[in-house]
Amino acid sequence: MIAVARVHLPSGLTRHTGGVDTVDVAATRVLDVLAALRDRFPQIADRLEEMAVAIDGEIYADPGYQPLRADSEVHLVPRIAGG
Amino acid sequence: MTAPRTFKYVGTRPIRHDGVDKVTGRASYGADPSWPGMLHGFVLRSPHAHARIVSIDTKAAEAMPGVHAVITGRDLPETTAQIALGEAAIDLRDIGDNALARTKVLYDGHAVAAVAATTIDIARQAAAAIAVVYDVLEPVTNIDRAIAADAPILHPALRTKGAPSAADDATNVASRLELKRGDVDAGFAEADVVVEREFRTPMVHQGYIEPHACIARCGEDGRAIVWCTTQGPFVVRDACAAIVGLDPANVKVVPSEIGGGFGGKIVVYLEPLALALARKAQRPVKIVMGRDDVFRATGPTSGSKVRVKLGAKRDGTIVAASASLWYEAGAYPGSPVGAGAMCMLAAYKVPNFLIEAYDVVVNKPKVAAYRAPGSPIAAFAMESVVDEIARELKIDPIELRLANANAEGDRAPYGPKYGPIGLQQILDAARGHPHWRAPLGPNQGRGFAVGFWFNAGMNSSATITLNGDGSAAIVTGNPDIGGTRAAQALMAAEELGIPVERVRSNVGDTDGSGYTDVTGGSRVCYATGMAVIRAAEDAREQLRARAATIWNVSKDDVGWEDGRAIPPAGTEKAAPMTVAELAAKMTQTGGPIVGRASLYAPMAGPAFGAHICDLEVDPETGRSRIVRYTAFQDVGKAVHPGYVEGQMQGGVAQGIGWALNEEYIYSPDGVMENAGFLDYRMPVASDLPMIETVIVEVANPLHPYGVRGVGEVPIVPPLAAVANAMRDATGIRFTALPLSPPRVLEAIEAAAAVPVEA
Repeated sequence: MIAVARVHLPSGLTRHTGGVDTVDVAATRVLDVLAALRDRFPQIADRLEEMAVAIDGEIYADPGYQPLRADSEVHLVPRIAGG
Repeated sequence: MTAPRTFKYVGTRPIRHDGVDKVTGRASYGADPSWPGMLHGFVLRSPHAHARIVSIDTKAAEAMPGVHAVITGRDLPETTAQIALGEAAIDLRDIGDNALARTKVLYDGHAVAAVAATTIDIARQAAAAIAVVYDVLEPVTNIDRAIAADAPILHPALRTKGAPSAADDATNVASRLELKRGDVDAGFAEADVVVEREFRTPMVHQGYIEPHACIARCGEDGRAIVWCTTQGPFVVRDACAAIVGLDPANVKVVPSEIGGGFGGKIVVYLEPLALALARKAQRPVKIVMGRDDVFRATGPTSGSKVRVKLGAKRDGTIVAASASLWYEAGAYPGSPVGAGAMCMLAAYKVPNFLIEAYDVVVNKPKVAAYRAPGSPIAAFAMESVVDEIARELKIDPIELRLANANAEGDRAPYGPKYGPIGLQQILDAARGHPHWRAPLGPNQGRGFAVGFWFNAGMNSSATITLNGDGSAAIVTGNPDIGGTRAAQALMAAEELGIPVERVRSNVGDTDGSGYTDVTGGSRVCYATGMAVIRAAEDAREQLRARAATIWNVSKDDVGWEDGRAIPPAGTEKAAPMTVAELAAKMTQTGGPIVGRASLYAPMAGPAFGAHICDLEVDPETGRSRIVRYTAFQDVGKAVHPGYVEGQMQGGVAQGIGWALNEEYIYSPDGVMENAGFLDYRMPVASDLPMIETVIVEVANPLHPYGVRGVGEVPIVPPLAAVANAMRDATGIRFTALPLSPPRVLEAIEAAAAVPVEA
């Protein structure tokens, strides 16, 4: 069974998604989630490249093939620089 | 649930490996080496804050005896590459242009040319002989001017990323970010009390003691070595290779000991210039910055304007917040305003909020990371307003924060749910601490504030080599700033069961260590520490296999307890073997033992600090001094408590300097007027009382010992804690930093306020 991730989009992107702020995506890896978002909302494709991804609270700056658990909660968050 | 692990070495306080060398002057820093045939480099810098470069004539300089190479921006290829710098990808075109301007100078001190000569005096004279013709432009030196409709534009191609409308006008606003939850208008309508204020903070510098310095050589075969003071040797390698036009495979970077970085030694400034000069001269080139160049031309953190509105019900429940943050990025986009926006409400459950964050370019040096970048500025504004709400509602400031404090399972303002966090625990610790109830003297006031930082993870590698005598050597690629060698030795000792004094911890160069991200983001003890633990586990597994070979049994049947391999029950004549006993037989059992691990650690150990500050004001001069200060922090697990306390104290000291005295002062034409420690006032030991520390440990489930990052959180609360103490002492709410004597005196006189006596 393919896991379904609930993806939360930041408010800065929702004006480009017709107000949609939550999307359920059947995917087992983060890059599949991002590909699905690019397909559905091509107008935010550039912005997706600049976002970090939080998977169940763990933030990955460059998540790529990071696996998703069943019912993972995914948030797109701005990347952060530390000192 | 398993019982908490008991530790033998973790939690003890051995002396750091680099300690004796550092206090005796033997440690080798960026400026210390001299290489055979070495030349001295000098950088010519712009005297203008904003100007087009019309021409640069280097002929006279090149003709001077003793001059071996002169470079300008034309000597560096343009690159559009991006590299991971710290925790974010950075455009190397900007970094290259910042290192050596190509067409425009964008701040006072921007490098325009560099010279390598046999002596530093000749290099200086040659730089003076370079003729640069500038077309001087109006400088943009503050946010209000930068965002004005008729502002001069720094970068004609710049457009606002994330702008709500698709306007295609040139702008100085590089990006806009927003965070939103609930219905802000409805939230404020529910509020019984609303406080709104606008805050300003000036640009401030990290103020590391050691200036930037490097030495580089580049042979005719294109192979290059750079020795430099840096937080990230791999970043230096990749950035230099791209900026100078070399194959990264041919560039080796050797990190020196480092005299402080705080985020400011992640970016390259001198290194590509030294490399380009060395390539041209075919001689090693050393460049050392003076303090004035460190101030004028390396990354401070943003000056800011922040507007905050907060609404609460009569019982103290916060119901709505709105905020706008404008941070100066300096000459190129990339301020930490996004992080400021994300941190601003991290402590509180706020059902309705809207935060807007703007990244604004100005004609000042490009900002660099500085300890919890962006968060102290945001906390100064928010925690000042929370203090005002507590005063209006006559609720104890700690009780107000406890009533609204986020806990495990609550949603962070940037989206995800928090795992275990220690905010309520530190607030409880502060509330119960004698400092909170101690009486105040005349002209004294007490302030309280909390602060948050994410704490990074990222890439780390470690190797542990066992020696024949049972001792061990660790190599990682993280320059040791805060005592990480000692922390890594403690973790390896814990896993291997050998005395911590028998573990030597080393900082490798880019060829001698596995890829490791920067020493920054409070990540080394957490992420690289985890790599050390796993490398030690790897070595331990190899030791178990050697014991199995010696006892002629299956490895699966060999146990491990307290640093010893345990033979299976019923094995005649076999006694437990220590690491030293097993290591002595390495050659006979398969050869050397090297444990290794590499990993990517997610950012997942967020942490909070809470600070109590007592301050005394002289009402006749406006001068204030900190009389008592206590910092509480959730550190997850203190691997070396002494260095955890040191980080907390250091962060507080820097935050107090930011609050009370530090600021970049510019002339109207954009020239920095206080580029030295005599005029840029940082606190010294005699300015401060002993900073008291209270360590709280709420385990981070992602680290085997529960470690969280430590180094950045403690600089977040002091700006507001000091300002809140000043409010308590004087009755005046200061909304602009620093709280320097002239500003405080002026406000006291204006308000004709009599300081509150206890």
